[in-house]
Amino acid sequence: MPDLLIELFSEEIPARMQARAAADLKKMITDGLVEAGLTYASAAAFATPRRLALSVEGLSARSQATREERKGPATTAPDKAVEGFLRSTGLTRDRLEIRAAGKGEAYFAVIETPGRDAAGIVAEVLEGTIRRFPWPKSMRWGTSSLRWVRPLHSILCLLVGDDGAEIVPVEVEGLRAGNATRGHRFMAPEPFSVTSFDDYEAKLKRAKVMLRPGEREEAIWHDATNMAFARGLEVVEDRGLLAEVAGLVEWPVVLMGPIGEDFLSLPPEVLRTSMKEHQKFFSVRNPGTGRIEGFVTVANIETADDGATILAGNGKVLAARLSDARFFWERDLAEAKAGMGAWAAANRDVTFHNRLGSQADKVARVAALAETIAPMVGADPGLARQAAEVAKLDLRSEMVGEFPELQGLMGRYYAGAAGLPAEVAAAAEEHYAPLGPSDEVPTAPVSVAVALADKIDTLAGFWAVDEKPTGSKDPFALRRAALGAIRLLLSNGLRLSLGGIFTLANGEADAADLLSFFHDRLKVHLRERGIRHDVIDACLAMPGADDLTLLVRRAESLQAVMGTEDGTNLVQGFKRANNILAQAEEKDGVEYSFGPDLKFAESDEEKALFAALDAAEARIAPAMEREDFAAAMEAMAGLRGPIDAFFEAVQVNAENDILRRNRLNLLNRIRIIVGRVADLTRIEG
Amino acid sequence: MADTPRSFQEIILRLQAYWAGQGCAVLQPYDMEVGAGTFHPATTLRSLGARPWAAAYVQPSRRPTDGRYGENPNRLQHYYQYQVIIKPSPPDLQELYLGSLAAIGIDAALHDIRFVEDDWESPTLGAWGLGWEVWCDGMEVSQFTYFQQVGGHDCAPVSGELTYGLERLAMYVLGVDHVMDMPFNDPDAPIPLTYGDVFRQTEEEYSRHNFDAASTDALLRHFEDAEAECARLLAVPATDPRTGKRIVMAHPAYDQCIKASHLFNLLDARGVISVTERQAYIGRVRALAKMCADAFVTTAAAGATEAA
Repeated sequence: MPDLLIELFSEEIPARMQARAAADLKKMITDGLVEAGLTYASAAAFATPRRLALSVEGLSARSQATREERKGPATTAPDKAVEGFLRSTGLTRDRLEIRAAGKGEAYFAVIETPGRDAAGIVAEVLEGTIRRFPWPKSMRWGTSSLRWVRPLHSILCLLVGDDGAEIVPVEVEGLRAGNATRGHRFMAPEPFSVTSFDDYEAKLKRAKVMLRPGEREEAIWHDATNMAFARGLEVVEDRGLLAEVAGLVEWPVVLMGPIGEDFLSLPPEVLRTSMKEHQKFFSVRNPGTGRIEGFVTVANIETADDGATILAGNGKVLAARLSDARFFWERDLAEAKAGMGAWAAANRDVTFHNRLGSQADKVARVAALAETIAPMVGADPGLARQAAEVAKLDLRSEMVGEFPELQGLMGRYYAGAAGLPAEVAAAAEEHYAPLGPSDEVPTAPVSVAVALADKIDTLAGFWAVDEKPTGSKDPFALRRAALGAIRLLLSNGLRLSLGGIFTLANGEADAADLLSFFHDRLKVHLRERGIRHDVIDACLAMPGADDLTLLVRRAESLQAVMGTEDGTNLVQGFKRANNILAQAEEKDGVEYSFGPDLKFAESDEEKALFAALDAAEARIAPAMEREDFAAAMEAMAGLRGPIDAFFEAVQVNAENDILRRNRLNLLNRIRIIVGRVADLTRIEG
Repeated sequence: MADTPRSFQEIILRLQAYWAGQGCAVLQPYDMEVGAGTFHPATTLRSLGARPWAAAYVQPSRRPTDGRYGENPNRLQHYYQYQVIIKPSPPDLQELYLGSLAAIGIDAALHDIRFVEDDWESPTLGAWGLGWEVWCDGMEVSQFTYFQQVGGHDCAPVSGELTYGLERLAMYVLGVDHVMDMPFNDPDAPIPLTYGDVFRQTEEEYSRHNFDAASTDALLRHFEDAEAECARLLAVPATDPRTGKRIVMAHPAYDQCIKASHLFNLLDARGVISVTERQAYIGRVRALAKMCADAFVTTAAAGATEAA
């Protein structure tokens, strides 16, 4: 059972693409090998900035020969049919066999595929993989028509058996596979040949290349935390950055340096963002004060001066970057203290959407809406208005211009510097939340008011100009906005009638359509929380469905009841009642909506149902009144026994017309009373 | 290993000598206001078509919005780029590039040189390519791009383009913190001149001009004129009545495209272009660049054998 080693050596592969590329290489090659009839024991793929590598162990030396027989058309069939069969089998007519089949004779094809050596298969699969590799972005270079993420320089492809390593003969656009590779670009640039995966990995290490991304990450994290610890500091964890940095080096060398005193007054988020985005530095924190006091950079080379030149250079670049940041920060603070009027004015020149006016127009709408919503969420209307007016000002600040990801956070700092109330400053930061499905949801009332107003204004606005999401297209992230609003309402238990608020936000928006968009998003959201979509549908039909908090409480109660035996059986009984009634109404052309009369009840079961309905109604009405859905559902579920017993004992469509009508009217009472709790016709099963 | 240069101009001279030694035609700057070395027709137009090409040159470049009255240590509205363009891109272009760093005194054994993903796109030129920004000890010292498309045309063969931001690179090599303090000529020359001696006053003058004084009415008018002139030149029939030869005026038309692009940058600095208009202006310049590219690929310089 030979092992297979492949390396594709290129110019620097973008860090963000490496992990995916290694996985794709493994999948494409192993899938191809298996499809061609080979088996293997295990496979592992690796990436460094300059290479993708794959090791497959225990590959079969040859594929199995296969023999397949296929029956074709009868010998009397028209030529067309025979030609089609030849095409599908890839044979010529003289290769077909004629055998008895049924009453006559038919053509038979015997397709024999001989076993093939692994080398031939590997060569074919590798070439196909290289030509069809799914890079997110690929390019051509020189005069070659091959596409790769960056110029591809060499291919290493070895089959390693008991009697040594054999180069697999692959050639792609003039690149012929060999057994050689190169080490580190600067520390070990000479080519060397390898004889197996173990030999490959060991020689690479000697040539200053750590093949495994995980090993590079560990080395970086280990050295960084040790260095920081030695000085009583700690590295701020950032897994995304760690993975990226590990994709920028073949031989990580960790260096740590201080941040100049002049910059320590910058907000820690600014330091962290500037260092990460521009320099790909880790931040180093003083655990006592929480201040960011140093940086860790990861070089790709060991130098004679132990990195002194590199560290000095990096420190210098950082100082220039942080000078810029401090310049922005100081200018912004001056503007903040002056009342941020220039930013408000600048917002008038920024288009929010060409049919929805400027950013300033949007702010004015959000402010008005936030003020209206404020009392419903327990916020002070004046503060909510003020917060909305301030919340988008930082978009015009220099810092946010430089680091868009600091929007909101800078708003909080600047509102604070402007001497505005703490609630207003907090809302400037929090009103964007929640963005992702796992983001924390704001709870401070003023933040909630502005966050809701901002999202609802956006949605109602885009609904008014008919820019709704379609299929996979949602360029304005409206689904995210709706989910954000939903989570704000639910996790704060807010009681708002959305329909009215939509109309208030934008009179031209189709409020009913927007509400059904919210309901769709709500269903997706609740499904993730385990609530059945048919349960939600059963509640959507009830009054007050534009109050999502109420809707969800109703749905949760219904779901709980549906989980009980009484609940599921009640649905059966209810549906039976409903069906009988609907058929009778259709046949008779009338609605059985008169109250039934107890005096026509014959059997005990029928009388018991009368009593049970009276009792349930007496419990359901007040329970619904105080929105005690659990009690209402329980009362409703209590009908299960009497309804089942009734159907067991009583023939609804009796000979006697009076009895029949009375019983249909009784069924109608079931429909009415149950219908006050939920629309059980929507429940599946 | 090369010793450390002593002045801004020495770095330029060493780059010129190095790339001349690699067989590039050392061209002179294009005589028009451009935003970057890429706008030089030696890059934009010559990266089109099949004819091999290798050129290197300094290109004075203007970015009106980056003016800081000569006060910012790194930002200038007028600066120099060093540009290398080779078609087809040679297989050892990275090594050639690293050789150029060595030539200006950057020892790869002592510094941390990295190729970090940075794809290049010029919406105004309808051009894009893949490549890296090259980092030296955490500082971006060059842009390295394999052109894939220019003026809407696929590049075949592909050109390799190297762009060095000369001031920044030189400040790093010379260990200077403020661009204006950088020695322009040899510090021991009879009349030693700093970058500030040469450019501080012009940075002030142009900053004022770009931000406040340039006549927006005139700029708008010039933009319209350049746009119209570009289209008009390309619409003239290819056969020249005076010589009877086929003479497509791709370069004169492209000059108008360059003009329009620079005028747009000035209008942008004057703050009279709104966010929505911005895209429209960029689209107009791109349309000109595309027309020029369409015209150029029909000419002999692009390798077209017999024009249609």
